[in-house]
Amino acid sequence: MGNPDVVTIRELSKVYRQGEINVTALNRISLDIQAGEFLTLMGPSGSGKSTLLHIIAGVDRPTSGECRVQGIDVARLSESELADWRNQNVGFVFQTFNLIPVLTAFENVELPLLLTRLRGKQRRQQVDTTLELVGLADRKHHLPKQLSGGQEQRVAIARALVTDPTLIVADEPTGNLDSHSAQEVLGILQALSRNAAKTVIMVTHDPKAAAFGSRTIHLEKGELVA
Amino acid sequence: MPLPLKYNFRNVRVRWRSTLSTILGIALVVSVFVLLRALARGIETTNSNTGDPRNILVVRKGSQAESGSMVSREQFRTLRYFDEVARNEQGEPVISAELVLIISVPRGTGVGEANTLIRGVTPSGQELRPQVKLVKGRWFRRGKREMIVSERLAGRFTGFEIGGTIKAGLDRLTVVGHFDARSSAFDNEAWMDADEARSIFDRDQYSSILLRPRDQAAADAIIKRIEVDKRLGLRAEHEVDYYSKQTMTAMPFKYLAAILGAAMSIGAVFAAMNTMYASVAARTREVGTLRVLGYSRRSIVFGFLIEGTLLAILGGLLGSILSLAVYAYVVVRKVQFGTMDWQSFAETVFQFRVTPDLMLTGIAFAAIIGLAGSFLPALRAARLPVISALKSL
Repeated sequence: MGNPDVVTIRELSKVYRQGEINVTALNRISLDIQAGEFLTLMGPSGSGKSTLLHIIAGVDRPTSGECRVQGIDVARLSESELADWRNQNVGFVFQTFNLIPVLTAFENVELPLLLTRLRGKQRRQQVDTTLELVGLADRKHHLPKQLSGGQEQRVAIARALVTDPTLIVADEPTGNLDSHSAQEVLGILQALSRNAAKTVIMVTHDPKAAAFGSRTIHLEKGELVA
Repeated sequence: MPLPLKYNFRNVRVRWRSTLSTILGIALVVSVFVLLRALARGIETTNSNTGDPRNILVVRKGSQAESGSMVSREQFRTLRYFDEVARNEQGEPVISAELVLIISVPRGTGVGEANTLIRGVTPSGQELRPQVKLVKGRWFRRGKREMIVSERLAGRFTGFEIGGTIKAGLDRLTVVGHFDARSSAFDNEAWMDADEARSIFDRDQYSSILLRPRDQAAADAIIKRIEVDKRLGLRAEHEVDYYSKQTMTAMPFKYLAAILGAAMSIGAVFAAMNTMYASVAARTREVGTLRVLGYSRRSIVFGFLIEGTLLAILGGLLGSILSLAVYAYVVVRKVQFGTMDWQSFAETVFQFRVTPDLMLTGIAFAAIIGLAGSFLPALRAARLPVISALKSL
């Protein structure tokens, strides 16, 4: 018997309105993702993989169908409930790192924790531990512009991890990195899935990056193809 | 949970080029606002600094100012024998019938003339105003065509130097001394003997009566007695109350401060708004990221409002410091300001005052500008759709 499902998706559709035309980004997708799985989503541009990622992460809402994460129908949450839910359950890693330029590595990682009830000392300990985990303890007082691309992405991973979320979602996390840094980042995501039982869902165009995952699914024109 | 304040502080600092012009604009508005209020405050301070709380001033019923009042010699005699009036060591009642008139004097600049108040006083009048001290020359003599002028006025008019003469009524008056009235309204006056004044200006009546009651109970009794005695047709009030009501002179400055402040603040609000809109546009992806991390729309609104207000408060601080620098210059260079007193139509000389409370008002004014200017940009930031914000370059 495998791990329990963390994400359960049934008949999920997303239709965008572009002027007079309806564009179907996702068409009646059903999918289960298990705890500790490293799922990679592949497909050409416009296939709907980022839309699927955003719906799972509670950033976007489906037009129809259901997306349950740990049993919660995310689409039914209000705007503020969704913000709290994201903070507690989802860690985000972006292609462009999305660090706040005026804050240091430490302060960037601390940002999601400021929304929790942790006290200052506990917060600092947790941030230090997470930065150590991604190998950046000695860079914690650096601003993003003082870090390399790989280091910036590692800070972003630390920020995604610091609240100890169930899900880590990564949208093309190696798209802006050289191959060495990309290997490092993918290695960390893989280790999180294998050693920390985190569920990682990653969108990528790169088959080499997808090879780090435990399962790969392909999307085309908003439908699962394999 | 709001965004950490250091985030707002550093964003203001990082974007220093764009924020500097806004800060300077707001600083200018605040300094003009504070300086105009300081001019009004200077006049008000002069008036509120005038008078002795023990004295009662009597004018004709219906008169708002001494210069527009008339008190007959008979009325003076009646008041002189009121029991409630205090007596000096010689047993004489401490009461002074005075004549207040306007004379036209050539300005010190050599261009044009200005009105100046001249007060005819009795020896009791001097006794009733101990704040008036002679600083140069001597007091005028009774029965002589002599006068003393305030040191402040002496610097502004030709002929007010000691030994100088000016044309007054039917004759010429010689200046024999300068006095200092401790920044009170008497610093806008020239004084001479009351009877000589009536003679030279051909007046049969006085303008006002100043008297000292025996005590507070006597003061209340005099005020009430004059109020109820319809035959007298006079009005009495404490001297300090009379002067503190003479606020009309400050009104033009207050109106100017309000009008200029309002007009300039509209410009400053738009400047702050422009800066904050640019800031929101430059940080669209940041806003998207913060939303994804769990920050609510309210936190985003609050963050941008704090940032805009912070920016404006920096402008307010700078503006207040600028006005303080102008004040320091004025004090060091002993610059004096003059304006028309709209009640007596005479020149009023005053020293404007930048006080801590005025500076705080200026900073609060700046904070309001910042709040108003950042409100719409903050709403825009909070309403950005998360996904399109994340995709922004």
